[in-house]
Amino acid sequence: MNTFFLVIGIGMCLLVLFCLFRVTYGPTILNRAVGISAVGTKTLIILLIIGVIHHRVEMFVDISMVYALLNFIGCLVLAKYLERTGEV
Amino acid sequence: MLIREIIAGLFMSAGFFFFLTATLGLLRLPDFYSRMHATGKGDTLAVLFSLIGLAVYEGFSITSVKIVLIAVFMFLAQPTATHAISRAAFRCNVKPFTNVEGTNK
Repeated sequence: MNTFFLVIGIGMCLLVLFCLFRVTYGPTILNRAVGISAVGTKTLIILLIIGVIHHRVEMFVDISMVYALLNFIGCLVLAKYLERTGEV
Repeated sequence: MLIREIIAGLFMSAGFFFFLTATLGLLRLPDFYSRMHATGKGDTLAVLFSLIGLAVYEGFSITSVKIVLIAVFMFLAQPTATHAISRAAFRCNVKPFTNVEGTNK
């Protein structure tokens, strides 16, 4: 079962790399914001998988919760700022 | 192999599949709104599947209750963030993708 979680975690890291392509070459800043949001969502799961592999989930689950909150707040603040400036 | 591990493995595999489709949509779809459509729905479902799988694997404890709390929060927060970014794009006059003549069939 540990090998299974390791494989899922490595696959998730590869997906993060694919998302970083959109973050790097996205045409406008909105595409980059979408890519950053997707990367943050995948990082949340990767943190929990690291905790399961090391048998320390009770520590990593708090970090993951804070990461989810910060991802949401950052996304919302960026959207509000772009909406106020009115140009992309 | 316990039946708990089999259920957790099935949920984690489903979550990974939906992450894969969401990333493919983010990479390959033509314009901003369709990319938003792919990641907004695919990531939400994938996070729910993965977190439920991890909670089942942990068994019933304070840790799995926290994981379920993260799942509930993501189920509320991810569509809100998607809607906020889409509204920002709409107010910034980002044009949606149409066909070549612009007749928007």
